[in-house]
Amino acid sequence: MKVAAIALNAFREAVRDRILYAILVFALVMLAGSTILVTISVGGEEKIIKDLGLACISIFGTLIAVFLGIGLVSKEIEKRTIYSVISKPIHRYQFILGKYLGLVLTLLANVALMALGLIGLAYLWEGTVSPRLVLAILFIFLELMLVTALALLFSTFSSPTLSAIFTLCLFVAGHLTADLRLFAARFGGVLSKAAIEPLYFLLPNLSRLNLKDQAVHSLGIDGGTTILSFLYAIFYIAALVLAAMAIFHQRDFQ
Amino acid sequence: MVSPVETQGLTKEFRVGFWGKRVRVLSDLNLEVREGEVFGYLGPNGAGKTTTLKLITGLLKPTSGSVRIFGRDCWDFSIKRKVGFLPENPYFYEYLTGRELLNFYGQLVGLRPGERRETIERLAKHVHLSAALDLPLRKYSKGMLQRIGLAQALLNDPDLILLDEPMSGLDPIGRREIRDLIIELKGQGKTVFFSSHIIPDVELLCDRVGILVGGCLVAQGPVDQMLEARIESIEVTVSRVPPGLVEELDHWLVSPPVTKGERLVLTVKDEGTLAELLTRLIEAKAAIHAAAPQRESLEEYFLRHAQPRGGP
Repeated sequence: MKVAAIALNAFREAVRDRILYAILVFALVMLAGSTILVTISVGGEEKIIKDLGLACISIFGTLIAVFLGIGLVSKEIEKRTIYSVISKPIHRYQFILGKYLGLVLTLLANVALMALGLIGLAYLWEGTVSPRLVLAILFIFLELMLVTALALLFSTFSSPTLSAIFTLCLFVAGHLTADLRLFAARFGGVLSKAAIEPLYFLLPNLSRLNLKDQAVHSLGIDGGTTILSFLYAIFYIAALVLAAMAIFHQRDFQ
Repeated sequence: MVSPVETQGLTKEFRVGFWGKRVRVLSDLNLEVREGEVFGYLGPNGAGKTTTLKLITGLLKPTSGSVRIFGRDCWDFSIKRKVGFLPENPYFYEYLTGRELLNFYGQLVGLRPGERRETIERLAKHVHLSAALDLPLRKYSKGMLQRIGLAQALLNDPDLILLDEPMSGLDPIGRREIRDLIIELKGQGKTVFFSSHIIPDVELLCDRVGILVGGCLVAQGPVDQMLEARIESIEVTVSRVPPGLVEELDHWLVSPPVTKGERLVLTVKDEGTLAELLTRLIEAKAAIHAAAPQRESLEEYFLRHAQPRGGP
């Protein structure tokens, strides 16, 4: 109940923020713009639409997750709105959970809007909606939830600017860890392997959640791997949110 | 009877700067607020008043010592239900309307929907905000923010109300309104703890005060006892004083005579001197208008204690 109230308040804050609409309008314009590219290409039109569409959802979703996520807690502390909330009969972890769910709700609404646009366009060109496309969007959403949890974690102890830098760095690194590991295995000596291996397990492996190629090129998706990836993301998110709660529990509000 | 607020050896240090140097902002604070009283927490800016309130509300963790609220640790979840808190210069979610804000806080204190609606209407009326309830908070003036802050602090019908500088930055009308509200809360049997550096407000409202200087509690007690009718001097207002008499009286006066229009104000040290002075004045057929003992005001008391030690 209290968590829901905090989540709805965070959702309301995002919905009343103009930056969200700017991002959303831009994303929808990009989606519509992809149809122009289609008219000047020969063959593979639906691939271009899906490719651009999924990239759009991923990029703009990440922008929303990072730029709203980094302010989730630090803005409350900076603007001192947190004083009157934390002094109410709520637990601190409820605040963190509520804030997180509020932003996830915001993302859900935005991704749903963009997804509707993309699925609609794909339907217009193909006449059907491939389940792979829906699954790829779901996994983008899962990735966004993870990025949000990262931003939230940084937001509990550092300034918005630093949080943004940390989150974006981890976002990029998360997409490259698998490649780095491969790289170290092929060319590196024992040292680089020893350095990269722990990083590989510690950093979020975001490329696991990337099903865009499978959706665009209609490749097969392995059910077992997908379920494992799904569980991986859920556990990683839970660990991040728990860490955010633990840090927030210890915090002083000066 | 358990005290609404009791601190024991409360100490808070902050780490500042790159090397995390420890700075002590509050040291060994032993404060007691009694049930049903209005307690004024006085201190110059930076004395540690806000820090104390944040420790009491659990926004900060003490470096050492403890805070007990109604006999329980202030971190005890159940105790928060009995406490209402108005932070200093309250900041609220600007994107909400007054009603939405109170509704949100109402949910946090666990009011049911029907109860919430009724409480919000009642409190808004109480703090004269009924007409502004549907305006976004970014349009609120400072006084209105202070009043909605007070309303949110009262949502859970708390027994202990903590107000951090509730009158700062308000115009005389706004201050008066907050003052009346505090008096009303006391009438309802609530305990009010408020910090301030506006001394007349404290003198007017409080049963007891604590004076905090540089993180140390330098005095604590009932206002009237603190001032304990300490007569510093007696001012005698006279007129038609024969020429030459003033010079003759000079050795009795503690300060040079002050002329106010036709009248002359003479200040003597104590009642003994006053009797001699009055006798002499009556003999000289001077007109005596008033003899008023000058008590130390809370302000002077405060200033006396707020002087840095070893200073002037």
